[in-house]
Amino acid sequence: MTRHHGDAIVVTEGLRKRFGTKEALSGLDLSVPAGTIFGLLGPNGAGKSTAVRVLSTLTRPTSGRATVAGYDVATEAGEVRKRIGLAGQHPAVDDKLTGRENLRMFGRLARLGERGARARADELLAKFDLEHAADRLTETYSGGMRRRIDLIASLITAPAVLFLDEPTTGLDPRSRNEIWATVRDLVADGTTVLLTTQYLDEADQLAANIAVVDGGKVIASGTPDELKARIGSHLDVIVSDPAHLEGAATVLSLLGNSVAATDLDELSASVPLRAEVQLPVVVRELDAAGVVVRDVGLRKPTLDDVFLTLTGKEVAA
Amino acid sequence: MTTALDGWTLTRRRLEQLRHQPGQIAGMLIFPAIMVVLFGFVFGSAIAVPGGGNYREYLMPGLFVMTSFSALSVAMLSVAADHTRGVMDRFRALPMSRAAVPLGETGADVFGGLLSLAIMLACGYVCGWQAHNGFWPTLGAIGVLVLFRYSVSWIGTYFGLLVKNEQTADQLAPLTLPVTMLSNAFVPTGGMPAWLRVICDWNPISATVAACRSLFGNPGVPAADAAWPLANPITASLLWSLLLLAVFVPLSVRRFSQAGL
Repeated sequence: MTRHHGDAIVVTEGLRKRFGTKEALSGLDLSVPAGTIFGLLGPNGAGKSTAVRVLSTLTRPTSGRATVAGYDVATEAGEVRKRIGLAGQHPAVDDKLTGRENLRMFGRLARLGERGARARADELLAKFDLEHAADRLTETYSGGMRRRIDLIASLITAPAVLFLDEPTTGLDPRSRNEIWATVRDLVADGTTVLLTTQYLDEADQLAANIAVVDGGKVIASGTPDELKARIGSHLDVIVSDPAHLEGAATVLSLLGNSVAATDLDELSASVPLRAEVQLPVVVRELDAAGVVVRDVGLRKPTLDDVFLTLTGKEVAA
Repeated sequence: MTTALDGWTLTRRRLEQLRHQPGQIAGMLIFPAIMVVLFGFVFGSAIAVPGGGNYREYLMPGLFVMTSFSALSVAMLSVAADHTRGVMDRFRALPMSRAAVPLGETGADVFGGLLSLAIMLACGYVCGWQAHNGFWPTLGAIGVLVLFRYSVSWIGTYFGLLVKNEQTADQLAPLTLPVTMLSNAFVPTGGMPAWLRVICDWNPISATVAACRSLFGNPGVPAADAAWPLANPITASLLWSLLLLAVFVPLSVRRFSQAGL
């Protein structure tokens, strides 16, 4: 049973967390609709992991309030723990045990009983196609498989809310896709997923709603499309001759009414457009400035642009 | 009840781990043999037992206690490793009892401890050590050793929760050796400088060693004017163990519930 108001299953209000003199969360407000994937997007040190630690009852907030499935994480931690799953940045399974032994252990600790724990372990291994590796020590697993067994271990309680802290950091593209598929399956079964990520494409691909976090608070939120719409399009120009790059940048800066970014390797100049600009006008202006253009185009914004515009910072690669 | 169940689950975890690592069991077998040779025959060749008697008979209770005291590093290392790998966070996010992790850790250690004690007893027997006082005192000595080990593993659990880091724990672990040496385990304290003698006499290890010597009927029974813990070793050892439990059980449980806050 969950008790929550409206559709929001995870709610934080003015959440603050201070470690010594450093404030990791400085008034975080979130509202995560039930049954969706919610992306907490931000650079390293933005407070994403702290937010997850507070929501999963590992750390108590300094002030503010957070509820999961209607229960307060500080005062009703026991109730919260019955309804959540957590997979952190590093696979938290016992490498000296097999995959199956790990799942059974977590099942017993999650109060499924001996029989229930065995059945649940078998069920999850079958469902996520890990039976072939179930009886090997997890220290022999590949990085991707470890993440998966870790993710599966977090599902042992059939949680209403699953917290994934950077679930695919450091994984190869194939393993990443597998994790993504698993996460989508979970949501199809009714689980709410809150994931943190530094990967914009991950948030874009998975999340129905995104909150961009920087300096311990939300600086923008909405659907991926809404966020992109706030930024407008980008005007990109690629020149053939490096000598023309500066000229191109000057023209773009005038057109976009802001400083154009240049990339010497790509020989490209780029500027966000706040108002509509006709492509022929761009070409004419560039021509008048004597810039020989190899390619010119209007580009829909990516979340990278969103991030850069909102924080003035590049997202860590 | 549920706490005990969770504790048992975590105990099983350690036993399952051991099953996958036959190498570790081999290590548990070889270590006592090395200690007996090193102390019994190398150092022992030049040490005289006050009041006469075979040095290896004198030494073995010291090695039994040393084995028990190793629970400190065992528990500290495994708790710290769980912290480093995030397993502890997963436990703490589960709806399990707050006391279960330290209980499981220390409970599991009792099984491992009984195994290494049995091996050490066998090693001693091979080298000519014997329990001379019959069944009940012998059982009593084993009880004293197991209780001491259990209380020491709570110290280790607490330090593991405190340092939270596998590497730090690795560096701290060897420090348990000098603590063992500052006792009557290997040599009588009578010949030490007075200030050092006080420290060694009041080391819980000394009381436990003396208790074992007295229960097993081994040489090295302290003089009548010895410090109180050595004059009343069985009582002193039991009191030490209970005191350690009274301090470190609540500390560990509190530390586990609050870690990361």
